[in-house]
Amino acid sequence: MATQPSSDLTRRTAAQLSEALRAGEVTSVEVTQAHLDRIAAVDGAVHAFLHVSAEEALATAREVDARRAAGEELHPLAGVPIAVKDVVVTKGLPTTAGSKILEGWVPPYDATLVERLRAAGLPILGKTNMDEFAMGSSTEHSAYGTTHNPWDLDRIPGGSGGGSAAALAAYEAPLAIGTDTGGSIRQPGAVTGTVGVKPTYGGVSRYGLIALASSLDQAGPVTRTVLDSALLHEVIGGHDPRDATSLPEDLPGLVAAARAGQGGDLTGVRVGVVDELNGEGYQPGVRARFEESLELLRRAGAEVVHVSCPHFGHALAAYYLILPSEASSNLAKFDGMRFGLRVEPTEGTVTAERVMAATRGQGFGDEVKRRIILGTYALSAGYYDAYYGSAQKVRTLIQQDFAAAFEQADVLVSPTAPTTAFRLGEKLDDPLAMYLNDVATIPANLAGVPGMSVPNGLSEDGLPVGFQILAPARADDRLYRVGAALETLLEREWGGPLLNRAPELATEGTTR
Amino acid sequence: MSTTTPPLVDYDEAISRFDPVIGIEVHVELGTATKMFDGASTEFGAEPNTQVTPVSLGLPGALPALNGKAVESAIKIGLALNCEIAELCRFARKNYFYPDVPKNFQTSQYDEPIAFDGWIDIELDDGEVVRVEIERAHMEEDAGKNTHVGGATGRIHGAEYSLVDYNRAGIPLVEIVTRPITGVGDRAPEVARAYVQTLRDIFRALDVSEARMERGNVRADVNVSLRATPEAPLGTRTETKNVNSFRSVERAVRHEISRQAGVLDAGRTVTQETRHWHEDTGVTTAGRVKSDAEDYRYFPEPDLVPVAPSREWVEEIRATLPEMPVARRRRLQTEWGYADAEMRDVVNAGAIELIEATVAAGAAPAAARKWWMGELARTAKTEGVELADLPVTPEQIGQLQQLVDAGRVNDKLARQVLAGVLAGEGSPEEVVTARGLEVVSDDGALLAAVDEALAAQPDVVEKIRGGNQGPVGAIIGAVMKATRGQADAGRVREIVLERVQQG
Repeated sequence: MATQPSSDLTRRTAAQLSEALRAGEVTSVEVTQAHLDRIAAVDGAVHAFLHVSAEEALATAREVDARRAAGEELHPLAGVPIAVKDVVVTKGLPTTAGSKILEGWVPPYDATLVERLRAAGLPILGKTNMDEFAMGSSTEHSAYGTTHNPWDLDRIPGGSGGGSAAALAAYEAPLAIGTDTGGSIRQPGAVTGTVGVKPTYGGVSRYGLIALASSLDQAGPVTRTVLDSALLHEVIGGHDPRDATSLPEDLPGLVAAARAGQGGDLTGVRVGVVDELNGEGYQPGVRARFEESLELLRRAGAEVVHVSCPHFGHALAAYYLILPSEASSNLAKFDGMRFGLRVEPTEGTVTAERVMAATRGQGFGDEVKRRIILGTYALSAGYYDAYYGSAQKVRTLIQQDFAAAFEQADVLVSPTAPTTAFRLGEKLDDPLAMYLNDVATIPANLAGVPGMSVPNGLSEDGLPVGFQILAPARADDRLYRVGAALETLLEREWGGPLLNRAPELATEGTTR
Repeated sequence: MSTTTPPLVDYDEAISRFDPVIGIEVHVELGTATKMFDGASTEFGAEPNTQVTPVSLGLPGALPALNGKAVESAIKIGLALNCEIAELCRFARKNYFYPDVPKNFQTSQYDEPIAFDGWIDIELDDGEVVRVEIERAHMEEDAGKNTHVGGATGRIHGAEYSLVDYNRAGIPLVEIVTRPITGVGDRAPEVARAYVQTLRDIFRALDVSEARMERGNVRADVNVSLRATPEAPLGTRTETKNVNSFRSVERAVRHEISRQAGVLDAGRTVTQETRHWHEDTGVTTAGRVKSDAEDYRYFPEPDLVPVAPSREWVEEIRATLPEMPVARRRRLQTEWGYADAEMRDVVNAGAIELIEATVAAGAAPAAARKWWMGELARTAKTEGVELADLPVTPEQIGQLQQLVDAGRVNDKLARQVLAGVLAGEGSPEEVVTARGLEVVSDDGALLAAVDEALAAQPDVVEKIRGGNQGPVGAIIGAVMKATRGQADAGRVREIVLERVQQG
């Protein structure tokens, strides 16, 4: 097979690129350059990237090509480039978490998952845009400008990981890393027609993720196919002694589960529909696609049952106490003393306390301040029991709901997000409406269970919607089996990936 | 509020009218090789900010990983203080902004300490034993070290700029908190000192810390309050922070008692506050008022999992605990048959281990004490060194005493042998040989010397024959002189008596 033109390389899945690289049909330099060209062509309109590390990516690609040429045994994904959400610390590459307070900061160390990417030989294309400190559902809270949804540039790409999802949907990267605290991988996946996985809490090391809410944060894959997510998940997952909450046991076989699912047979699998995560507040097109997907699963042999999780109604309220509480403490370190932005007060004496106040006043955006204030209040003496304490009790009830539901079903399902991508600016002045977009994804974070969003069609407005699959903790393999099966059945109906129906983006300059 | 400071009340006067209650918080830096939550070295004295990792600098993304050795040390301390060890306990975040706290929160234990409800017996100088109840012992990380440059006081106010050394940030600490110590009256300052001293000895016995006061390995915060009578409710307390020597602990308590008595006598109330201790002037000054104390917004540290030491592990640790210093002292005193005053001198001279090893090397306890508290103590004093630093081992003292016990050297010769050992001439045996110091008990040599002495003092011979044995000493003295002290005095006496009878 002749070398493909570069423009085609960006349309391939990571699994296909992996095969082509191993077969010697293409080099990593060619694949990496193709994506860098695509970024140069479309990112002016999409703005998925905050930093493009072309030189470093090409250097890695050259090294991988040389090792492959020398006959070295390489990781299957070696040479396949990747984009990394800017909340993940990368040695030598600027890392801002979408905040002015970290503008110009170049970390002296790598997150564990980045070490694993480097060890496997994945060239890092750059850092992707996000809501500041991962607080948001639209990427509009980035201090560096919003990211645009490749399906409709006037719409949000979801958040907080809108940059990673948009990079995948715009073919700027074949793989990306996201983080999910309340849906920041899955909801952007749903509204951009891409796949996103939030692993079991503790499944991927948090060492080197700039913490939003420590007990909720989890990094995971952002891809265009379920199999690609499995491949990436196996690279970044597994125990890390530097993260005390990292699970000690090995990951279940995720790639194997995805390949098994691609057969399209779900005989004997019990699929539980969570009644509380469907119905009022969900867009008609979202509900229609969900019902159709359930029918596909039934036809594939799955047994569809209905389960009730009565406490999910309180999840959002509990989440918005736990998250701000932890965040208010996690973000205390941004004070202008050791790294990042430092602002000296323009009048009066310069004391450490006043430098801290000036730095935080100027460095943090409104949404970050809003949540720090909420969290500081919720943790204060006299309010702790009523707020943080009660929220933790709700969290326990939600975990019990999940435990009961998983006795009746192997996986639970729901629409990923209640609506398709809304227009830029539409919910910016209404934080509560913005928060409601995560109503279906938040329970998984509160319980620590894994979840996946798979694109399952277009709503009546022509925009993509997502199908959420949830599994018990440590049973991430079930996501991949069911997700890959659904993906296969849907693509048979569509005659190809959903993203094929996305409008072509205008390109700047010429692509090779 | 009046601006004048009420005068101090004489200590005895204060004690005669007020009942002091004290409470002590001791922080001990554990001697682990690495920090509480990361792999940075804990070695003392390195260049500033060289013993740091992303974790101890609080860089974005860094996470704590608990040092298991530190947990083991904390459990050891808890067990040595007769505490319960928690089956499950968590760390919490204590949130406050200060540049020496890299994350702007300290990872500490709040309402779930690893050890709680214990006690320890401490012994005062006169042998009185006081039981101090321990409320809790918990784990936490140390902060960095601030140096305030410029300004007169060395404190942050008035300084031109401040430097922070994060080498100390993250060093594992155990904080031990007593319950209020009541009923000790005028001995409160001494109790406070003896308590801190006892803890220091325990830390060393457990080998959990070098426990060097001058390096700040052990730091004490002393709480003092006064009340009119022991039946009255507790008075308002002050907390004097960072008192870093035994003597200062005693002085600080004493000073606070005098100062608070003055405040109360002036009809004012004691302010609940932290106070600074001034080593040079021996006074405390007001620090932070506790009523505006910050709200630390404690909550369980979500980056760490609960610590759940298994009962098996706790029992394993308990089984390896060394004997505690006070118990050991009591046991040794009984075994050695020392009087209380003798034992106290031995303790104060730091000679327990030396005497124990000397006894193990074969010396009788009384003889061992005589050497270390006598000749060797004098030498150490002259040289200006500690007993343990003298160039002689307990084993050598044991060998020397065995020479005495076997009659091979007498006391005078033994001191010469010791001088040889201290001068680096080798073992006692080697010194005896090299210097020819062995006593002469060869009858031939002694007979000649005795006869010579007898011949020189015929009057003495007559007296002895007449039944008066007193003058025998004069003959022995003459023989000793003639043999340069090397004669076996007992044998000389026998020979003298034999010759006199024969003659």
